[in-house]
Amino acid sequence: MSCGKASCQSGGCSNYDDEQPLSPTRPPVTITPNGSVNISGDRRQLPSNPNICIKCKLNDAIGGRFGGGDDGRFCKDCFRGSLFGKFRFSVTSTGMISPSEKVLVAFSAGPCSRVALQFVHEMQDKAHKNFEASRDKSLPVFGVGVVFVDESAARCVPSAESDEAIQHIKNVLSDLAAPEKLLHIAPLESIYALNPADGREKLRRLLDAIGDNTGKEDFLMHLRMLCLQKVAVENGYTQLVLGTCTSTIARHVLTATVKGQGYSLPADIQYVDARWPVPVLLPLRDCLAREVSLLCELDGLKTLAMVNGPQSGINALVSSFVSLLQEENPSRECTIVRTAGKLTPFSFNRLPDVDDPKARLASQRRQKRFNIKSDEHTPPESFCSLCNSPLHASDSSSLGSFSDEQQSAESFGAACCSSCRFQILPDDSLSMDQFYGLLPQPIMSRAAICNSFINQRLLREKIQDFLLSDSEDGG
Amino acid sequence: MEAAKPKSGGARLCSFCNLRKPALKRPKTLHQICRECFYDVFEDEIHNCIVENQLFKRGERVAIGASGGKDSTVLAYVLSELNRRHNYGLDLFLLSIDEGITGYRDDSLETVKRNELQYGLPLKVVSYKDLYGWTMDEIVKMIGLKNNCTFCGVFRRQALDRGAAMLKVDKLVTGHNADDIAETVLLNILRGDIARLSRCTSITTGEDGPIPRCKPFKYTYEKEIVMYAYFKRLDYFSTECIYSPNAYRGFAREFIKDLERIRPRAILDIIKSGENFRIATSTKMPEQGTCERCGYISSQKWCKACVLLDGLNRGLPKLGIGRSRGHDNDESIKDVKHMTGSKEVQGKPCGTLDF
Repeated sequence: MSCGKASCQSGGCSNYDDEQPLSPTRPPVTITPNGSVNISGDRRQLPSNPNICIKCKLNDAIGGRFGGGDDGRFCKDCFRGSLFGKFRFSVTSTGMISPSEKVLVAFSAGPCSRVALQFVHEMQDKAHKNFEASRDKSLPVFGVGVVFVDESAARCVPSAESDEAIQHIKNVLSDLAAPEKLLHIAPLESIYALNPADGREKLRRLLDAIGDNTGKEDFLMHLRMLCLQKVAVENGYTQLVLGTCTSTIARHVLTATVKGQGYSLPADIQYVDARWPVPVLLPLRDCLAREVSLLCELDGLKTLAMVNGPQSGINALVSSFVSLLQEENPSRECTIVRTAGKLTPFSFNRLPDVDDPKARLASQRRQKRFNIKSDEHTPPESFCSLCNSPLHASDSSSLGSFSDEQQSAESFGAACCSSCRFQILPDDSLSMDQFYGLLPQPIMSRAAICNSFINQRLLREKIQDFLLSDSEDGG
Repeated sequence: MEAAKPKSGGARLCSFCNLRKPALKRPKTLHQICRECFYDVFEDEIHNCIVENQLFKRGERVAIGASGGKDSTVLAYVLSELNRRHNYGLDLFLLSIDEGITGYRDDSLETVKRNELQYGLPLKVVSYKDLYGWTMDEIVKMIGLKNNCTFCGVFRRQALDRGAAMLKVDKLVTGHNADDIAETVLLNILRGDIARLSRCTSITTGEDGPIPRCKPFKYTYEKEIVMYAYFKRLDYFSTECIYSPNAYRGFAREFIKDLERIRPRAILDIIKSGENFRIATSTKMPEQGTCERCGYISSQKWCKACVLLDGLNRGLPKLGIGRSRGHDNDESIKDVKHMTGSKEVQGKPCGTLDF
């Protein structure tokens, strides 16, 4: 069922309404070829009740209690459909979560990741039903796992609190219907290949070495990503789903701008970010935090508030600024994300093409895949050793002075982006050496790869004039 | 152009010269330095900015957009100083626009006139009344306090270009500082204007037009400009425009001030982000033509100033305000005042910044 209008913004009227689960009271709606809606024979009569859903024009809108915005003018089912539609659009347009995948959902128990888990679950549920019903069993069902990163070591939270969170997560998972999802609890200190106590101690010292509050917060986020990647790689997952929503991205756009990361910004805000060993997906990119919380409330999805603790410094300032703007204009967050969406993404912002007949079959049955535009002809990027963001030419120019193979604290610092150098790396060389010694293995090995990549490039520049081809193998 | 972190330590001497007692904490870097070193570093940064970006060529005639406020006053002072010291070989002029705002512009123009004598720079004043037949006071009387800044902004851009053409200058410099540019970057993100976002950090704009504009204070902090004017006891006018209150710009400005308090370098970082944004070069501006009525550069049949002016003269001041683009009304060209100023004047928009 589709509204048939190209301009329809509701997001829920794409042609997979039949895939929307949990809508028991589907009204007898028919659609005429010109796109107007017939409801049980009544010809578009204006509703006498102003508080009626603007989409199905049957049920009461949820509005009122939840303030303005389009979401308040839908009934519960239509609102749910519209939000799920946004999720489905991102999944189908980028070709993520195909049947052969094994998907890991990063779960913090907050509203966004709760909704992400719910939607992935519903997709899996649907795929499972299709699988059971199909005769040839050609499309297998993708696997789903859930990971919770326990950051109590970094945030000094009492262990009772994190135990409570873990218990809550176990309850959430056991409440979900089959197929069963495996739960991974990953303490943040597990990024060190040490026993937990030593890992905790090393992590604490590493974070203590960072003077800037904002820097500490950002670094903690990088560590969390490393931890998620570690779980994903070790357990054979092929995609990692985050619950990042529009509101979070809008704040990230401004914080990145304020920290001078304008160049690398587009890398972080696309549906797909494949610069990691396991590609990261943001299927809730088009959903507002307000909508997500509303859905949790309507569907009785239980969430835990602020497991991660409050923000401070630049991040907190930006967050309150965006909230202020949002009050003044409810679509401000969308505008911010739309602006940043016009920046050119990187080549790694789409899923690598895999020659998998099952995936091809699946994509044939789905909507057309949209191809994200990125500049394919630019040379591969070099990345910040610390935060893995692509380096701008002005940042990577300082790398030339460290061409020795041996990595040191100094060469490591030179291979970081200027933002990390300012807000994370210690100033004086003594503390820098200490900091360097405390870094976990994943960062070190990535830095080594980065280093050898740069060496390779420097060597190449030296012999550039004598090479006959632009390709790496010289062929 | 990166702000170094402040060096902590018990040193009671200027952290630059290590000779004199520090008199101030430099807003950009929080270094504690003496007054002399502050003058040096302030002027040197502007000099380096001018040299690195090749803003001027020897023998050029340069107009300084002078409002009498702190930015343009300091710009006029520093530029004439640097011109002498480093022998740029520039002919400098002051160019002021008289919008006709009683109690504001008439007083600030007095300041510019004093600057003319103090710095020995010839002054040219161009007034809205002469160019358009309306003062801002008259416009506000007609349209009220809503949208009046639209009129003033559109008229001023054109007035500056016309004034610059009368002075026959090669370049126009304005006193936009780092805070202004950072604010514009943010505003363009907030409003989704990708085309302006890609241009608003350029130090020189309108290079393909006859009178390019540039911003030598692109990396200079507002606080340092105030500090410089204060210590040098420069004569400037510091009253807000009586018609100006603008809540939207206010939000962003306050945000920048809060950021600066937490991390002074944030202003430079925002500018850096603005310079490095990956914006496809295909994001093009509408094609430029000339206004059929006054000959000013315009992407439409009539330039914005003529549309607004036509609305005023016909008693329909709402015409041309808001989202409607272009002006398809041909019949109304009769009763308009003929504008003074040369018809061949062309300039290019320099972004969203107000002068």
